[in-house]
Amino acid sequence: MAFKIIVCAKQVPDTNEIKIDPVTKTLVREGVPSILNHDDANALEEALKIKDKHPDTHITVVTMGPPQAKDMLIECLAMGADDAVLASDRALGGSDTWATSNALSAAVEKLGDYDLIFAGRQAIDGDTAQVGPQMAEKLGIPQVTYVTEFSIDDDRKKITVKRKLEDGYELIRIKTPCMLTAIKELNAPRYMSIGGIYDATSKDIPTWGAADLGVDPDKEVGLEASPTNVFRSFTPAPKGKGMMLTGDTERELADKLLIGLKSTHVI
Amino acid sequence: MAVTVIRDKCIGCKICVKACPFDAIDMDGKIAVINEKCTSCKVCISKCPVEAIESDAKEVAEVVDLSAYKHVWVFAEQRKGKIMNVALELIGEGRRLAREIGEDTKVYAVLIGDKVETLSAECFEYGADGAYIIEDNLLTNYTTDGYTKVLTDTIREYKPEIVLFGATHIGRDLAPRVAARLNTGLTADCTRLDVKVSSYIDYAKKSTTLDTSDLDPASDDKGLKQTRPAFGGNLMATIVCPRTRPQMATVRPGVMARREREAGASGEVVKVNPTLSADDIRTEVLEVVKSAKEIVSLTDAEIICSGGRGLGDASGFELMKKFADKVGGVVGSSRAAVDSGWIDQSHQVGQTGTTVKPKIYFACGISGAIQHLAGMQTSDIIVAINKDADSPIFEVADYGIVGDLYKVIPQIIEEWDKAEELYEATLDRSAE
Repeated sequence: MAFKIIVCAKQVPDTNEIKIDPVTKTLVREGVPSILNHDDANALEEALKIKDKHPDTHITVVTMGPPQAKDMLIECLAMGADDAVLASDRALGGSDTWATSNALSAAVEKLGDYDLIFAGRQAIDGDTAQVGPQMAEKLGIPQVTYVTEFSIDDDRKKITVKRKLEDGYELIRIKTPCMLTAIKELNAPRYMSIGGIYDATSKDIPTWGAADLGVDPDKEVGLEASPTNVFRSFTPAPKGKGMMLTGDTERELADKLLIGLKSTHVI
Repeated sequence: MAVTVIRDKCIGCKICVKACPFDAIDMDGKIAVINEKCTSCKVCISKCPVEAIESDAKEVAEVVDLSAYKHVWVFAEQRKGKIMNVALELIGEGRRLAREIGEDTKVYAVLIGDKVETLSAECFEYGADGAYIIEDNLLTNYTTDGYTKVLTDTIREYKPEIVLFGATHIGRDLAPRVAARLNTGLTADCTRLDVKVSSYIDYAKKSTTLDTSDLDPASDDKGLKQTRPAFGGNLMATIVCPRTRPQMATVRPGVMARREREAGASGEVVKVNPTLSADDIRTEVLEVVKSAKEIVSLTDAEIICSGGRGLGDASGFELMKKFADKVGGVVGSSRAAVDSGWIDQSHQVGQTGTTVKPKIYFACGISGAIQHLAGMQTSDIIVAINKDADSPIFEVADYGIVGDLYKVIPQIIEEWDKAEELYEATLDRSAE
C-alpha cells in the first residue's frame, strides 16, 4: 500500500523585502513577492526524499489561502509533489490559528487515510508556529516540532527524529501516523524541475470551500469563530535617531564613542 | 465580514490599499473592496481620510460567564531541575498582571516534572504567590503528550484566567496543543502584555505610533492585551481573547523583567495528582543531549557585539570575538551572517533569532534589516559601525560611526580601558 504523506504549506509575502515607508510609516507592499514559506519548503523536501527512496510514496500538498495561493501549489507540484489542494473561501478569512487548524484538519480528513504529515515549523508572516501542533491535536495524532534530522524505518512504521532545543537536542522515536514540523536545518530544498513544471501546469488543483470541508463558519472557521481577535495593530515607533560621530581618525572616533558611553553611565 | 467599505463614501484614493499590511484591499473601479485576506486588523480604518471604512467587529466581549476563571499561571519550565530564565521573568510579569486584575488575584508557578517540588522556593523568591506541583516519573523528560495531558487536566480543574508560557522550543510545542485541547485562544511570541486599558495606553503612547484617542483609560476591561510583532517585525498587533478562558500566551524570552529576588519568600503549595499512564505518551525520548558547543546566552548579556554581512567573511568573527572578550560581552550576528555560514545560528539576533535588550548593542557591518531591528531595538544603547552612511541601522543607533569596522573596532579595543580617563578629561576641559 502506498505511503501517504500530507505536506502543509503556506504562501507568504517575502518579509525580507518588506520596507516601511519613512513618511507614512506604513508597510510598502508593492513589488513584494509571494513565496513558498521557507520552513514549508523544508517540509516538502523531506517528503520528497522519502519518495526518492520509496517510489510508492504519494505526496499531497495542502494549503489555505486566497485563490492566488495556487501559484505556490504549482511550485510544490513542480518540485515533485503528486497532488495539491487549496482550501479557499471568504468564510475562512480572518481565521486565527485555532480556526485555521480546524479548516486544515478538515481538509486532511477529507483526503482520507495518511501516514505522515509534514509542516513547516512556522510561517514568516505570522511566526506563530501554532498551526502544526493544533492540527495534530484536532487530528488526534502525536507531534514532534523543530525537526532537524529525520529517518524512517524500512517498514515505514517508525520514525526517529532529532528535535532541536535551544541548548541541544532530543532524539525521539515516534510511530506513524504523526505530525512533524520542519526547520531550516533539516535539509536543502530542491529546485523545480523542467519536467516537473511541465507536469504541474497540467494537474488539476481542487479548491475546497467551507461547505466542501464541512466546517461551520459560525463555530469553527473564520473571523467570528476565532477565539482571538486583533484588538489594535500599528507600526512600531521608530527610535529617535542618535548622534553620528565624526572624526579625522579612527582613534578619534573610538574616543568620542567611549566618552559618550561613559557619560551615559552604561560603562 | 468585519471590515467593510462604505461605497458611497469611498473616493477611490487608494490610501487604504497601500496601508493594508495584508494586501487585503483591491480596487473595483474607483471603489476599494476588502478581499479574503482581511484579518480585521483595522489599519485601513485609521488611514482612510474620509471615514469610508467601518468595522462591525464586536469589541466588547459577549456576555459569557468568565468569572469562574481566576488567577494568573506561569508554566515554570524546568530542564533537568533548572528553571528556565524566561519562566522567572514571567513570574514577575504575571505578578504585575495579577495585581492589575485585582488585589486578590495571584500568580502561580506551575511546575511539571519528576521531583520538582523543591524548585517552588525559587519561584516564590521571584514573586510567585503559590505553586502547583505536578509530579510523576513519566514526566521526567518533556513529552508533548504527557505535559499536555497533565497541564490541560489541571487547568480544567482549577480554571486560571491567564496562562503564560515562555516562547521556548518546549513552550511553543506545548502551548498550542493545550490551547487546542481547551478550545481557547493562544497568542504566540508576545513582547508586551497589559490588563488595564490605562496601562496599554501608557505603553502605546510611549513606544508606538498607535492613536489611542478612542481608548478609555477608565474602562473596566480587564482582558489580556497581548502585543506581538508580525510580518518580520514590520507590524505590531495587539491580540485579545474575549470569549474563552483561559487567555493563553507564549512570551519571548528576554523581554520581560525579572523581579528582584526576595530570599526566603514563601508561598502556597498545591499538589496535583496527575492521572497519566505510559500509554498516554506516544513518543519515546531516546536521549536528551546538551550541545557541546559554546552556549551563547544572548538574552543575559549586558553587552553584545554583533557582526553582519559587512564583516566580509567568516574570519571577521575572530575580530568580533576579540571585541566581545575585551568589553565583557558576547558575540551576536545578523541573519545574513548566519545564512552565509560564517557563524552558528545560536548567535543570531532578530525576529527569527533571539530578542535581546543588552545595555550596549554594537552593530558592526549590519545594515539593519527590519527583522534584525525587531530583535534588538529595545537595547539601552545601540552603537552602529558601518561603511554605508545610508544603512537603516543608523536610524535606530544612539551612536553612529561611518567607517571601516576593521579599523574602528581595534581602536575601541585599544582605548576601552581608558574610557574613564577620556571622560574625566572632557569634564576637566568643560570646567576650565
